[in-house]
Amino acid sequence: MATVQLKQVRKSYDGFEVIKGVDLTIRDQELTVFVGPSGCGKSTLLRLIAGLEEITSGDLLIDHQRANDVAPAKRGLAIVFQSYALYPHMNVADNMSFSLKLAGIPKPERDKKVMEAARILNLETFLDRKPKALSGGQRQRVAIGRAIVRDPKVFLFDEPLSNLDAALRVRMRLELTKLHRQLRATMIYVTHDQVEAMTMADRIVVLQAGIIEQVGSPMDLYRYPRNIFVAGFIGSPKMNFMEASIAQVLQGGSVVVALANGATLSVPAVDGMAGAGDKVTVGIRPEHISLASSDGISAQVQTVEHLGSESYLHLNIASGELLTVRINGETTVVPDQQVQLKMEPRSLHLFNKEGSTMRSLPTSTA
Amino acid sequence: MIISDQELSQNVVPATATRRKSWRDSVGVLSLKTPAISALFIWSIIPLLMTIWFSFRRYNLMAPDRTGFDGLGNYRYLLTDPSLALAIWNTVLLVGSVLAITIGLGTLLAVLFDQEFFGRGIARLLVLAPFFIMPTVSALVWKNMLMNPDNGFLAFTMRSVGLKPINWFGVAPLTAVIIIVAWQWLPFAVLTLLTAVQSLDGERKEAARMDGAGPIAMFRYIIWPHLGRAIAATTMIESIFFLAIFAEIYVTTSGGPGFASTNLSFLIYRYALMEYDVGGASVAGLVAIVLANILALFLMRSFARNLDA
Ligand SMILES: Nc1ncnc2c1ncn2[C@@H]1O[C@H](COP(=O)(O)OP(=O)(O)O)[C@@H](O)[C@H]1O
Ligand SMILES: [Mg+2]
Repeated sequence: MATVQLKQVRKSYDGFEVIKGVDLTIRDQELTVFVGPSGCGKSTLLRLIAGLEEITSGDLLIDHQRANDVAPAKRGLAIVFQSYALYPHMNVADNMSFSLKLAGIPKPERDKKVMEAARILNLETFLDRKPKALSGGQRQRVAIGRAIVRDPKVFLFDEPLSNLDAALRVRMRLELTKLHRQLRATMIYVTHDQVEAMTMADRIVVLQAGIIEQVGSPMDLYRYPRNIFVAGFIGSPKMNFMEASIAQVLQGGSVVVALANGATLSVPAVDGMAGAGDKVTVGIRPEHISLASSDGISAQVQTVEHLGSESYLHLNIASGELLTVRINGETTVVPDQQVQLKMEPRSLHLFNKEGSTMRSLPTSTA
Repeated sequence: MIISDQELSQNVVPATATRRKSWRDSVGVLSLKTPAISALFIWSIIPLLMTIWFSFRRYNLMAPDRTGFDGLGNYRYLLTDPSLALAIWNTVLLVGSVLAITIGLGTLLAVLFDQEFFGRGIARLLVLAPFFIMPTVSALVWKNMLMNPDNGFLAFTMRSVGLKPINWFGVAPLTAVIIIVAWQWLPFAVLTLLTAVQSLDGERKEAARMDGAGPIAMFRYIIWPHLGRAIAATTMIESIFFLAIFAEIYVTTSGGPGFASTNLSFLIYRYALMEYDVGGASVAGLVAIVLANILALFLMRSFARNLDA
């Protein structure tokens, strides 16, 4: 059992606020991913939880106990760093058992725990090697092993895969999710890569400039982004945005919006605050636009990207805005061709002037 | 987690690739290297050969008429001279003590100066200052202003707390020289070791902190092993200079009283320029070379492990 709670946590460096009041509960046995652009405060938040930085104000609760003033080693957490931070003069076994040795645990027990971790991570044959004689992926596993032997309440990872090449990264991603299932451990994982977040997380915490923008399961964030930032950050290729204004508010909560090129779209299930004439932003993901034979929004193809399994069209609509459309498989469309676009009303997102969604979110996302 | 070792084997370069260089290349490179190598060779080997040559000759500037081959005469004379053993012992003591003080204190100061504290910039500047003073000047300052038994600062301090001042250069001449040299060379040790301490990866220290390392464990298991290389390098560089210490002795004690503060380089000076015995001085010089090599061998042995870490 391990939960972590943050209550109005703030962190400033020399008066400059980096974490601006974070309220968050990390649930037991879940893999929670902190994701956001570089410099948004993900690492700082993780380091506050680990105790490597002091919390300026607010409360940190680990298993319901206030932990603000508990020393890092006493919090029962283990962290895996981006640089692995192995001890270069110790071999793999000593690296993994260092914390146990400092804790005064007898050698036989230490060896047992190291062997156990080495078995899980498939490192048995490397135990007497020094870190410099290991590949990047193996070093990564030693760093994870160092965390495992401590049997921590919570595993913390700070961009652990960023130093690996693309192929190994994909493989380690799978290994880490497998490890999470195997250990049934609570994990917090920091990354700037939304693909990692989507593929690994039980719950994603999207951060921007020291503020939590949204918390939810990967599919919740994909389907119901709370604001333009989350909508643009989650999903690849990025969601398309078009400037528009509300032409008409219908009964039953739907609205009709007019795009800059004069085309109109109807958007269902909008909250009650919409009024005719309001400036809004319409969003739609590339995979939710399809080509129609007629009667759609007309657009001109700029470039076509063929990936084999899918193709991306980059199009200009009459208002001058650029849209991306994802097509399954191959396409015969060529640049400069005129096409008609069809957008599913159910897949449209609507954001007000402040960038918040105007569609009613299902209540389950909180 | 199953990951093959394919990633590892990719890094291994086949050994044959490096052997494929043709002899043409080696000859071409060698011809380019020759001038440099021969200059170095002449530079280092001719003085050595001349020293060996003189060591077998009767050659005293005070007796210019008595020249000629002397066989092992100079060697017999020097090796039975009790001052040689004393000079070797003094040299070892001087080099060893100053190394111990500068490395020991240097490590401590380096770790301290790595911490954040008020006035760190100024403290760093102050600790480095002695290195910029010429050895003769600092020896003079120590002799006349600090260690002088009548009006030196140390004597003044001791008197003011009711103690009898120490006549440094009379009672403990070698200790006095050791203190002066250590004072001069501490900055060098601090500088190299501080650079090494600062090059320690911050995440590694944080990992150790998470693993439960307090200040002492942090030093013992993380910082100290990391310093191995820097300490080896500092020791070697310092040893080269400490073997040849001369100015500090010349200015303060002139090797005395008796031979109490005479090291090998000062002994050579005494033979060659106080007794004008070039042959004897050459033998002493050869002894110094042998001693330096023994020391170098010893250092290499004990640090070789660290150097490839
Ligand atoms: N020790 C520090 N002193 C001052 N500013 C810091 C420090 N650590 C981080 N910051 C600032 O805090 C912000 C968030 O940093 P960080 O948490 O590392 O971002 P990231 O989301 O990329 O991990 C950045 O603007 C960074 O400059
Ligand atoms: Mg970071």
